[in-house]
Order: sequence, then C-alpha cells, then structure tokens
Amino acid sequence: MKKIKGILITLIVIYVATAILGENFLGGYNQGKLLERTGLYGLLGIGVAFVIITGGIDLSIGSVVCLVGCGVPWLVMRQGWSPVSAVAMAMVVALCVGLWHGFLITKLKLQPFVVTLCSLLIYRGATRGLAEDQSQGFGGEHEAFRQWGTEAIEVTHEFGIPYPFVILIVVASIAWVFLNKTVWGRYLFALGNNEEAARLSGINTDRMVILSYVICSMLAALGGLLFILNGNSAQPSDFGNFYELYAIAAAVLGGCSLRGGEGTIVGVVIGTAVMQLLKNMINLVDWLKSHMEFLIVGVVLLVAVVADEMIKQRVRRSK
Amino acid sequence: MGEPFLEVRKITKRFPGVVALSGVDLQVYPAEILALIGENGAGKSTLMKILAGVQPADQGELLVEGKAVRFSGVQDAQKSGIALIHQELNLAENLTVAANMFLGREPGKFGWIDQGLIERESKRVLEMVGLEVSPETLLSELTLGKQQLVEIAKALSTDAKVIIMDEPTSSLSLRESERLFEVIRDLREKGVGVIYISHRLGEVKELADRVVVFRDGENAGMLERNEVDHDAMVRMMVGRDVSQFYQRTEHDLGEVVLSVRGLRSVEHPENELEFEVRAGEVVGVAGLVGAGRSEMLAALFGARPALGGDVLVAGKGGLPRSPRESLGRGLALVPEDRKGQGLILDMAIKENMSLASLRRDSKGPFLNTNKEEELVAEMTSALSVKTPGSWQLARFLSGGNQQKVVLAKWLALKPKVLLLDEPTRGIDIGAKEEIYLLMEKFAREGMAVLFVSSEMEEIMGMADRTLVMHEGRITGELAREDFSEKAIMKLATGGNINKAE
Repeated sequence: MKKIKGILITLIVIYVATAILGENFLGGYNQGKLLERTGLYGLLGIGVAFVIITGGIDLSIGSVVCLVGCGVPWLVMRQGWSPVSAVAMAMVVALCVGLWHGFLITKLKLQPFVVTLCSLLIYRGATRGLAEDQSQGFGGEHEAFRQWGTEAIEVTHEFGIPYPFVILIVVASIAWVFLNKTVWGRYLFALGNNEEAARLSGINTDRMVILSYVICSMLAALGGLLFILNGNSAQPSDFGNFYELYAIAAAVLGGCSLRGGEGTIVGVVIGTAVMQLLKNMINLVDWLKSHMEFLIVGVVLLVAVVADEMIKQRVRRSK
Repeated sequence: MGEPFLEVRKITKRFPGVVALSGVDLQVYPAEILALIGENGAGKSTLMKILAGVQPADQGELLVEGKAVRFSGVQDAQKSGIALIHQELNLAENLTVAANMFLGREPGKFGWIDQGLIERESKRVLEMVGLEVSPETLLSELTLGKQQLVEIAKALSTDAKVIIMDEPTSSLSLRESERLFEVIRDLREKGVGVIYISHRLGEVKELADRVVVFRDGENAGMLERNEVDHDAMVRMMVGRDVSQFYQRTEHDLGEVVLSVRGLRSVEHPENELEFEVRAGEVVGVAGLVGAGRSEMLAALFGARPALGGDVLVAGKGGLPRSPRESLGRGLALVPEDRKGQGLILDMAIKENMSLASLRRDSKGPFLNTNKEEELVAEMTSALSVKTPGSWQLARFLSGGNQQKVVLAKWLALKPKVLLLDEPTRGIDIGAKEEIYLLMEKFAREGMAVLFVSSEMEEIMGMADRTLVMHEGRITGELAREDFSEKAIMKLATGGNINKAE
C-alpha cells in the first residue's frame, strides 16, 4: 500500500483537475472509454512489469501488438481461418517469441535491450511483408468475435464496464497472486534484486527469466488481439507504434524500478490509468493542444520518478 | 621523534547499522613505519579511506604538520602529501606504466599531454622503488608484485610524505614481499612515513617501528618496537588470550561425507583436486589471495560449473553442474562476497532466510507463509540474529548479522556439508566469535565443515585439519598438531614442507 500511495494520489489529483477543467469528462461515455483504454494498455504494462522486475526490458511489445493485430485478421479474412484457430496461432507465436527472447538473453547472455530492439524491427518488418503493407481488419464481419474488444457490461444507459477492462482485472488478479503468493513470484523478485545470490540459493534463474519474457510476449499478444477487435483496422506500418514505451512508462509510474526487483501489479494498473487520464485530459481541456501529449506525459513521468527517488533516499538516510 | 607529520584526533565514522570508528587517535611521524593492525571490521580500512580523502569523517579532526585540514576528495589528500595504496590495485591493466602513474593528473596544456615530462618523471620514481622496467611497458605484462611497486612509484610521484599500504602483501609471493619490504625500508630512509596495514603478524614484527592496534573501531593499544611480539599483538586485537577466543572441543569424526575426486575448475583446468572431509570435522583451506581457494569452492558447489571430476556427498553425486543440484545433494555454500552473492540486500531478512527452502515448504506453487514464519523464528533465535524484526531489509543489518542470515538460509535445508568462504570477513569481533561457536556446533552435530580463510589465526584456531593451496593446487595438508604459521606460509607460497625441513 505504501508503495502505490504516490501514484494513487497522482491519479486522484489529475482526475479531479480534469473533472474541473474539462468538458464532458464525467459523462458515462467518456468514463467508459477511459476504462477501455486502461484495460487495453494495462495488459501490456503488466506484461512488461514481469520483465522489468527481473531487471530486463522488452522493447518489442509494440511490434508484437502489430504482428498479432495484423496477423489475426489476415489469417481470418485472407486465409479463411476460424477466429479460434487464428487466436490460438497468435498465442503460439507469442509463446515462441517469448521463449526466443529468453533463450537469447539467458543462454547466449545477450543484453535484453539489444535483443528486443532487434525484435522491435524484425516483427514489424515481418508483419509489413506478410500483410504487404495493407491495412488489415474484419470489415463488417465477425461481429460476435469482435465483441470481446468492443462490448461492455452495461451499468447505466450511458456507462458500462468494457470487456477489455474486465479482462485486465482478471489478468491483473492472476498476476498479483503469481507475484505475491507463489514461490515463482518470490523467485522473480529475488533474482531481479540479485541474480547471482538467487542462483547460488538454488533458484533456476534462467528458467524464471525466460518465463518472464514469455509472460510479457503473451500479454502483448493478448493486448494486440483486443486492440484489433476494438479498432477493427490495423495499418502494419504504425499499429502499436510506441506501445512498448507506454507500457514501460506505466510500469515505472507504478513503482517498477528498471534496476529490477521492484514493482507491484496494482501500481502498474494505476500507472496505466494515469497515462490514459493524461491523454484524455489533453483532449478535453481546451487550452491543452494534442501535440503537447508527449511533452506532458514526459514531464509527469519525470516528476514522478524524481519524487519517488527523493523519497527513497530520505527513507534510506533516516535509517 | 619530533612533531608528527599527520595527526588524527577523535575521528568518528558511522555507517548504516554499524559504528565503524568511534573517536580514534593516531599519529604518524616522518621516517617511520607504523603498522596498523586489528581484526576485520576493526576500522582500519575506514580510517585509511578518511585519511586519503575517499570519504569524510563524521566527527573529529585531521592535522597535517600541525594544521587542521579537511579533505573533500583524493586530490586534496594528495596535495597534503598523503597517498593510499588500496588492497586491490587501482591500476588500468591496458595502459602503460607511465600512463598509469599519471592517470587523472596528466601534465600538459589545453588537453595535450606532455609525454616527455611523464617519461622523465616515471623513470625517476621507478628508480626510487628499484623497478627496472620501461615506462612504456603495458601494465598487464607485469607480475602482481611489480604492479604493486608501480602503485608505490605512483604515490611517490605525487610527492607523498605519508604512504598508506592496505594489506600490500595479500597477493604477493614470498620473494615479492621481501622485495617490497626493502622498498618500504628505503622509503623510511628517505623520510617518508609509511602506514602499513596487515593481518600477517610475522611481517608486522619484522617491519614495524611502532604498532597501533584497533579493535571494534577504537584504539586498543600501542606497542613500541621492543614490545612487539606475537601474543601481545593478538591479545590487543582480540581483547583477551587467543586460547579463549577459539573455543574448540575435540570432534568425534564420523564417516567420510564429502569426497572430492579429480575436480577441475574452469580457472585451473590443469589441476585435479582430491580430498575428503568427515562428518563432524572442520577443515580449513589456507593460501594466498589468488591461490584458487574460492574457485575450488565454487566448482565444488557448481556455482561455476566444474570441467571434470566428481563430488560425492555421503557416497552419492557426480560432476557438480549447478547450485540447485548441489543443494539437493546436501551441500551448502556461504560465499565470500556476502553482499554480492550471499544476500539479497533489498529483501527482508525473512525472505532471505527462506529463499533456499521455499520450494520444499510450499504447498504446490503457493507460498506457505505459516511455515516460513516458523522457520524464521526458529533460525532467528538459534543463531541469535539481532534485528528489530524479520521484515527488516538485509541491507540495514551489521555484517555479523548479515552473515547469520546467510547461514540461516542454508541451515534451513539441514545440509550435510557446509562450505564457508571467508566466513568472518568484515564482521566485528563479537559476531566473529559467535560464528566460530556456530561452526563448532555444526561440527558437533555431525556436519562436515570446509572453510576457506585468509586469516592465519582463524585457520589455526578452528580447523581440525588444513589444506593449503597454491596456484590452484593443493600443495599440502597439515594435521592440527603440525599447525604453524611458518609451515602454512611455506606451503602457501609453493614451497615443499619436507624439502624445507
């Protein structure tokens, strides 16, 4: 609770500020949209949090989103696969991607940054080749399938809880249990803090690191799937661009340290919500222009990280 | 003797969880060799870092030639004429001797380096230490002993009036050490004050004009040249007679528990190691730094996979491939680098203690927090870990308590063989004694204990039997009745006991 206090306060402050400054912020439609966006991006954030906790990084998330987001409609519409088998295929590909990253990082001792930077380029390039750089989507078909990304559990006439947000809550709960209540979660934190000590304590650290990359890629794939179901159109050249950075930013806002060994799932979800709220604020508040988005997100992130570090140092000194 | 060149008055320094120095005094006169001794954690290195401007003191005064000074960096100390030679040499291996000597203070203008001046000056100081190498030689081509002399030459080139040497012989051969002693005596002739820090009491006796003893961060006493003898020094360091410090009992030796056959480590692939340890036996491993002792333990435990050979625990086993496999067989390793390899500093004591046994105590994949709490409570009281609570981060514990946490992690698995690498490095005297008592207790309970130590006292005080290593080989084995500092040193420097005597 102590760890997420800062980010929770940030969320509330921005929420209240936007409610006062922006138009139609509190409307049911806008609130629903916020939850939906948080749900979609939150999945990516949770994924990358696992990798960050081990002290690694995954820059390929946006490209995996693109691969799956373009690949699934391509399989279904162009190749005539059923949605179920297309989704299964996407998940198998994501599993292989994660295993591959983990293998290169643990067995060949390559740096995660380099490995996933190459992946960022490769998967996007491959997708563009596969889709011949054509926009992919379901057109007007497969309504039932697409509902997973578009529908909501209706609460009032205007406001509902979107399926992607429900999925996020389910995934986040499982991730929370995994990190806090299982042996593996403890192992991840341990090796993120000190891999050598963890290994000498008999932990199969390589296996745990590989697992974290698999989780990250699988959640990126799930996110990519929901993004395309939700948006119904994916341009291979820019679908999912920068999503890895949103995910990493959310994880850092939520208290993950890029040095590893630190992070909470609740923090990442709130961090994602803060990012989406900022975007929403920029849209709704008249005098904030949309081209200022990166500027504002960047500044908020920096302030949050600086504040966090200062508090930590004070705590350390007082001991 | 005149006025001291350097004077330390009531210096105090605190670190999280430990007071490293509390109000110590020290005087260094020109043209004297002052030996500073004390157990690990006595505060010697901390004081030297303060004198060299590496870190500031919390309280107290430094006087150079009677004037109070304040060092805010190494340069300040250098300007005042104080140079520190670290235990681990601070040289860049891929630069030349001359470049190393002037690293960070290259003479010249506008970013151009005056090579001529560097060369002339290097030659001059190299001659002073009697090192006959060209200033253009790459440092990596020199032996450790010669590199040490380069460090001293470097200190001289800064015009140092006081040179601090922190365990300079810890990685030198006997001959290199003797060469170093000559240079040190020579420095004294030239009016330089040398602060000589060492654990080797034999050297201290041979070299020192005066001996100052620290204990637990305080002055424990001073010995003039004619008072310096082995027992007096130990008594001051330990605070009482040695015989009381190492409370050994006779051990009932059982079956052979650990048997190492033809073990080859990555670092010394040409040597096959062979030895056995019995249940209830405490075996020490002595040798110089770099003799391959830690490497042997790492290979034995599978921390760095061995190239070949078998490690059998109670008759079962094989080539050690990973720590996980080894701990399944009943081995446990307390590594030398407590903070880097033993502990997870930013995790709670509780989480550190249960880390190795987590899997055994879990319900399927789920943590069993009740069992974890039980284990932690049991270990905390069995090892008397002093802490405000088991939620405390390992980072904030003192060295001794940290070491107990590492021990607890392994004891939870009830190992048959306990491997300890420098088990008391950097912990205070009280905790040290507790660790010794624990080792005794483990042996009495039938564990086989194998420990590596660079402290002669510790080896001679604790071991039933000692293996001595030199350059990756076991050069000899001594039974308790044959223990002597001389015999161990002889084997540790590659000499053969039988030939020598």
